[in-house]
Amino acid sequence: MRRLLSGRHIDSHGAPVTTAVSPAEVAFDPAAPWRRARSVALRPEPFGALVYHFGNRKLSFLKSKTLVAVVEALADHPSASATLVACGVGEAQRPAYEKALADLARSQMIEPNPEGTP
Amino acid sequence: MTAVLPSRTPPSARPTTPDRPVGGRLIDQFEYGLDAPICLTWELTYACNLACAHCLSSSGRRDPRELSTAEAEAVIDELQRMQVFYVNVGGGEPTVRPDFWHLLDYAIAHDVGVKFSTNGIKLDRTRAAQLARTDYVDVQISLDGATAEVNDRVRGTGSYATAIRALENLAEAGMKDFKVSVVVTRENAGQLDEFKALTDSFGAQLRITRLRPSGRGADVWDELHPTMAQQKDLYQWLLANGDGVLTGDSFFHLSAFGEALPGLNLCGAGRVVCLIDPVGDVYACPFAIHENFLAGNVRDEGGFQRVWQSSELFADLRNPQTGGACTKCAHFDACRGGCMAAKFFTGLPLDGPDPECVQGYGETALAARDLELVTPRSHIDHSHSGPVRGQPTLLGIPPIPAKICDESPLAGLDLR
Repeated sequence: MRRLLSGRHIDSHGAPVTTAVSPAEVAFDPAAPWRRARSVALRPEPFGALVYHFGNRKLSFLKSKTLVAVVEALADHPSASATLVACGVGEAQRPAYEKALADLARSQMIEPNPEGTP
Repeated sequence: MTAVLPSRTPPSARPTTPDRPVGGRLIDQFEYGLDAPICLTWELTYACNLACAHCLSSSGRRDPRELSTAEAEAVIDELQRMQVFYVNVGGGEPTVRPDFWHLLDYAIAHDVGVKFSTNGIKLDRTRAAQLARTDYVDVQISLDGATAEVNDRVRGTGSYATAIRALENLAEAGMKDFKVSVVVTRENAGQLDEFKALTDSFGAQLRITRLRPSGRGADVWDELHPTMAQQKDLYQWLLANGDGVLTGDSFFHLSAFGEALPGLNLCGAGRVVCLIDPVGDVYACPFAIHENFLAGNVRDEGGFQRVWQSSELFADLRNPQTGGACTKCAHFDACRGGCMAAKFFTGLPLDGPDPECVQGYGETALAARDLELVTPRSHIDHSHSGPVRGQPTLLGIPPIPAKICDESPLAGLDLR
């Protein structure tokens, strides 16, 4: 399965260092409504985007433009699964994208959307 | 033979840039550069109260052309627009700039996090408490010996005591996650466990980085860079302790010993990092303050963004290395040829081995240098021109007494 995401932590000289996943585990439910976390910024890059969390200073790289579109569109849809469909993610790619979203949930880059209704 | 300088191919003669791959490893993406740096180093001033023997930026005296407060604020505004989420601030000693604390607050208020390096001179209890209250700031205290004896020989008499006092103040103020920043030298390479213990005792985090032959570091590199045996020990130590220790990914040349070290094993110069110096000049990396690596100035039209996105030098650096002796080596994928600045300032070709190549090719290359080779030197030197209080003794210069009567109550008196 192609990896769509890399998680890093910023060290000096701009060198990102891999870190352990945050202990505050959030279970990812694709049927629930999600959104990009409010303290997270997305910076477009030629390969996808750089995601930065201002709270825990964690840096992730989205290595697919479709994944960038998915993260940005999460809040507009009743569930993560519906977002994937809306963004044209095919059945075969679904597991890779769900895994990437689960990783993003674990590192608090996306959060449950209390305003969404599943 | 003269030193091999990076060739600057005229645009017309430049080979066509290979296309950026789609997907794949991040490292392969980073070789082609990013739209903005991941984070960058910003030296705020060349002024420094110390005169460390290995100073990478040959700091000491303030440059009269230093960016003004308003110009520095404009740079921060630009970094915010470019979504550079983090800067490493250094110098010189950044805290001796009277507007340092203002600029720190200004950056944080504009979503640009700050990690700054200091020798601790200004970190009294009040400042430590202020920092502990500030979100989104990181402090690292420089220390190049786990004992005063080892540290002060390189950084100057009294500098160990200053650093320890700053660490005590930060710990007492309840500051979280502050760092002790160590440049690994031949003299302190045996103290890694002691550094770890000292750092732990303050509840701080240890950060160790590589000594480069940059700035005044070129004068002491032969004497101070770790031996091959020390490099091997350091590699083993990093494999055993790497999780709890930051390295700025600066030891990626050690990956050629075998197992890759955690982090980004790639020279990020001009690709994902760069340096803004106190007068606004933009260099490919903090260890490359030399006209050959000067990409532009933030005062130029278009500012920093234009330099980062359009400079010819950076465009040249944003290519995977495809030629040179190293690409034929079995370990090339592990070390990627090592550090550009280390090669440059020791007079080695940039597409050949790092002078500290752990496979031994660097030593061979150094030995094969022409006897008449003059290694490149930066013309940018802000070193103190006169004696400095507590001057380092590494170079054999006796320490200067703080007051003349520290040596003898009768010193300097003409009793005739």
